[in-house]
Amino acid sequence: MDRIAIIGVGQTPYERNKEDTFDELVFEAATKALADAGGEIGDIDNIITVSNDFWDGRTISSMAIQDAAGCQGKDISTVEGDGTFGILYGMMRVLSGSYDTTLVVSHMKGSESVMNLITNAMFDPIYQRGLGIDATSSAALQARCYMEMSGATEEDFARVSVKNHKNAFNNPNAQLPLDITVDDVMKSKKLADPLKLLDCSPVSDGGAAVILANEKGRKRFKKDPVWISGVGHLSDSYTLGYRDLARSRALTGAAEKAYRMAGIKKPLKEIDVAEIYDAYSYMELMWYEGLGFAPEGKGAELIRSGDTGPGGALPVNPSGGVLSAHPVMVAGMARVIEAVLQLRGEAENRQIAKAKTALAHGINGPCGQAHCVYILGV
Amino acid sequence: MAHWLEETENMVYAGRIKVPYRWYVGEVGSRFLTTLRNKKEIWGTRCSRCKRVYIPPAKNCGECFSLTDEWVQVKNTGTLQSFTVVRYSHDMQPRSVPFAYGLIKLDGADGSLLHFIGDTDLDALQVGMRVEAVFADEREGSILDIRHFRPVGGGDSNG
Repeated sequence: MDRIAIIGVGQTPYERNKEDTFDELVFEAATKALADAGGEIGDIDNIITVSNDFWDGRTISSMAIQDAAGCQGKDISTVEGDGTFGILYGMMRVLSGSYDTTLVVSHMKGSESVMNLITNAMFDPIYQRGLGIDATSSAALQARCYMEMSGATEEDFARVSVKNHKNAFNNPNAQLPLDITVDDVMKSKKLADPLKLLDCSPVSDGGAAVILANEKGRKRFKKDPVWISGVGHLSDSYTLGYRDLARSRALTGAAEKAYRMAGIKKPLKEIDVAEIYDAYSYMELMWYEGLGFAPEGKGAELIRSGDTGPGGALPVNPSGGVLSAHPVMVAGMARVIEAVLQLRGEAENRQIAKAKTALAHGINGPCGQAHCVYILGV
Repeated sequence: MAHWLEETENMVYAGRIKVPYRWYVGEVGSRFLTTLRNKKEIWGTRCSRCKRVYIPPAKNCGECFSLTDEWVQVKNTGTLQSFTVVRYSHDMQPRSVPFAYGLIKLDGADGSLLHFIGDTDLDALQVGMRVEAVFADEREGSILDIRHFRPVGGGDSNG
């Protein structure tokens, strides 16, 4: 396979109730990515836009922001899903041989609608939607499945929240830096047992963009490349109840593919920094297991060890993670961008020293139905 | 002179999308729902290859990618695999809080069914509890023809 470089990245600060339109978010992210790459819109061969119609409240939302994405004279295709899958498609478009560069841009204004109503509508209308289930109540069911399987406790989940919200102080784009304790999380408002307010990611607005290029296309830009050395992506059953919610075989499989491609045998040792999709606190522990950072059922031991904290063997979510800003559709792309900044040594106060290999991860569908894993290197 | 933006009130346009839908529930869904409505029985489909029994019924097995063309009745009883007590309110919820969801592995089924847990002290729910279906008096061919599941042998009426 041809090597694919990430040559430019851009993101808006993530906030609730941002005073920007969808167009403004897309334009800001795209122009920041171009400036970061040291190029112009004319250097882009094709564009992928990432958005969701229900969240935006319009049919074919991905077609509505195309002027802001720089579409004139270009082919645009669209992804309805997490930004990691948008990058995947953008990468495939370059690998197809039709294009040498792709701009992938994503946007979200969670604050403009109602998260619970929107996520209720992702469930099957015949059997599940009418029960009122949504992202948080379904996550609560998964959290308990995981507790039963692993023995992890609510305090273990709280440790993830404490770590990531504290990390967010080092990320100027994060929405929710918090100096909190396990006790604060445990005493936060009960939403859907075992999940409490501080186990849940916030409603967020923001935009992000990346520029992908092959060996030929990257020469149009001034920036040094970060290379995608491995990628894996898998999906599992949609219907809650059909799949094992306590173990993510889709993530295990996706990670195995990405590691094989990148030549990684011992992820905990060989990866220097990871940015993973912690939409809810417990997910980080589950994803440790799926990613092979911890054996099955041992995710809690890894967070307790401190190895995924600042200064640990494998810092996870030094940006503050999704718990500290959750623009849906954008959040996985933000993980990739954070990994790129780490490898360039541009991560400022959240920089992990000598980071040479980074992992970025995104999810799509209820309770992590699909997973996309990237290994990046310089 | 101040920048024009500093003197501008930020406006929002409040809207609402209302679109009626009529979703065909499918052949297997039609049989599942009419049997719930008419007989208070729960029927699923079995994969001809891996023998997995799907509730609600699937037209094809996601594991084997083969047709699930055999019908089997499962029990109205099962085991609670997971649960949550919901304590926040939104318009789409048909019950007032607190209420509980469960994932119920019905006897004779593989996987589990998402539904409400009721008629019991929600603070006493435990994974592994035996539960049974309570059917609605007025049934119209919907998943809510099962009102909820309750602990086997009844419980109190708080749910």
